[in-house]
Amino acid sequence: MTDAMVSIEDRIAAILAAPTEALAARACAHADELLLLGETILEHWVASRGLVPTGTEVEGFRLLALHRQGAQGEPSFNACRETCRELVYHSNLVRGEPSHPAVARRIRLGAMVARHLSLFVDGKLQQAGLGEFCCAARPLRAGEPVAAGAAHV
Amino acid sequence: MSAPYQKVAYYPGCALEGTGHAYDRSTRAVGKALGLELVDLEHWNCCGAMEVKNVDPKLQTYLSARNLSIAKDMGFETVMAPCNGCYHNLKKAEYDLAHDPASVEVNRRLTAKAGHTEYQPGEVTTIHALDWIKQAIGEEGLKARIRNSLAGLKVANYYGCMYTRPRHIFPEKDKGPNSESTLKPHFMDDLLTAAGAECVEYPLKTACCGGAHSLSDADTSTRLVLNLLTTAEACGAEVIATECPTCHTGLEMHQVRAEKVLGQKTRVKILYFTQLLGMALGLSARKVGVQENFSDPSDLLRARRLG
Repeated sequence: MTDAMVSIEDRIAAILAAPTEALAARACAHADELLLLGETILEHWVASRGLVPTGTEVEGFRLLALHRQGAQGEPSFNACRETCRELVYHSNLVRGEPSHPAVARRIRLGAMVARHLSLFVDGKLQQAGLGEFCCAARPLRAGEPVAAGAAHV
Repeated sequence: MSAPYQKVAYYPGCALEGTGHAYDRSTRAVGKALGLELVDLEHWNCCGAMEVKNVDPKLQTYLSARNLSIAKDMGFETVMAPCNGCYHNLKKAEYDLAHDPASVEVNRRLTAKAGHTEYQPGEVTTIHALDWIKQAIGEEGLKARIRNSLAGLKVANYYGCMYTRPRHIFPEKDKGPNSESTLKPHFMDDLLTAAGAECVEYPLKTACCGGAHSLSDADTSTRLVLNLLTTAEACGAEVIATECPTCHTGLEMHQVRAEKVLGQKTRVKILYFTQLLGMALGLSARKVGVQENFSDPSDLLRARRLG
C-alpha cells in the first residue's frame, strides 16, 4: 500500500471498529468524514496525474466532481464511478436519518465502500492498468512490439 | 412467453468449458427446466477475451464478429452468452463495427481470408443469461415454477464490471423501469427474489475485483476481493451470487488466498445465480454442478434443505 493511503486506511479501520453507540452519537459527523475521506482518496489520484484537484461540485458533491476530473482521458477510472455514488448515497442516508436504529450499520457500510475506493485507487497508483482491460475495454499491451508474423495485416 | 428468447443460439465461450464449467452445466439445466431451448453455435471460436484483446483489439473484434456471423448463418437473431467477458466482447464488436471504419476494414479483410459470411452490425442481438431468463420467463413465470423456494436465504448479488462497462456498448440499458441499470443492476436480484431469496442491499455489486489482474497483481486482487466478501457478510449475506466465471473464480480463489496470506477468514459462500435458480426449480446440487465449485457450500445447502 502506498504511504498516501495508509492514514486513510487507518481512519477507515477505526470507524469500522468503533462501538455502535459511539457511531450513532456522532452520525452526521461520521457521514461528513466518510465523504471527506473519499475526496482525499481521489485528490491523491488527481494529483498523481499532475492536476490540481478541483474544488467544484457535481450534483452538490465535490467527490463526484473529483471522480469526473479523475476519469478525464482515463475511462478505466469509471470503474469506481458507482463506488463514489454509493459513498454519497450512504452519506445521504446517514444525514437524512441520523437517529435511525440502523445508523451505525449504515456508517459501517459507508466505511467499507470508502475502503473499496481506497483499495482501487491505491491499486491504480501501483498498477495503472487496473480497470483498463475490463472497464475501459482498452487493451493493456497495444503499442508494444508484436512478434514477427503475428500481426493481422 | 417472449418468442424471440424461447430458442436462442448459445455461445458458452472457453471459460464455461474450463474453470466455469459449473456455470455451463447449471445454465443448460435451468434452460431445460424452464422449457427454453439453447442451440450451441457450431464451430465457435474464442471471443478474443484477455489474450487477443490485450495485444490486438481489432483482431478481437473480428473473432467476436465471426461468432455473430455463425449465429446469423444458423438462422438466429439472438445469441446468448452467459460469460461477462464473452458478452462484453460480442457487444464491443457490435459497437466497433457500427462506429469504427478501421474495425470494419479489418473484419472485412479477415472474413474474406477465412471465407465465411461477413457480419454486419445489427444482424444479431447479443444477450446475457440474465436477459434470457428475465425476458423469456420473467419473475411471475419463474415464481410459478419454483418447487424449492430459496426463502430465508440471504444473497448478495455481484455483477462485476463487464456486464455494465463501458456504458456505451450497452445502448439497451438505462432505458427505464424494465431495462437493466448500469449504475445499480438488478436483473439478478429480480430473478433470485422471485425464487424466494432475500437479496440484501449490497453496495459493491459492480465494484472492481481486480479482474484481469487476478494473477499478475495478486495482492491487489486479494485485498479488493476480501473487501467484497467482508462487505457482503456485513450486509448479512450468506451467499454471493455471481453471473461471470471470471468474477466467480476470482472470488473463490482470493477467498482462500485472503485466509492464507492475510489471515482473514470469511464464511460467505459463492454460487452462480443459475445454480441457485436450478435448486429452486427442484434440481439437485449435483445437477447444477455445485460439486465443481471451489467454495464448498454443502453445510449451508443442507441447513436450507436445498439441492
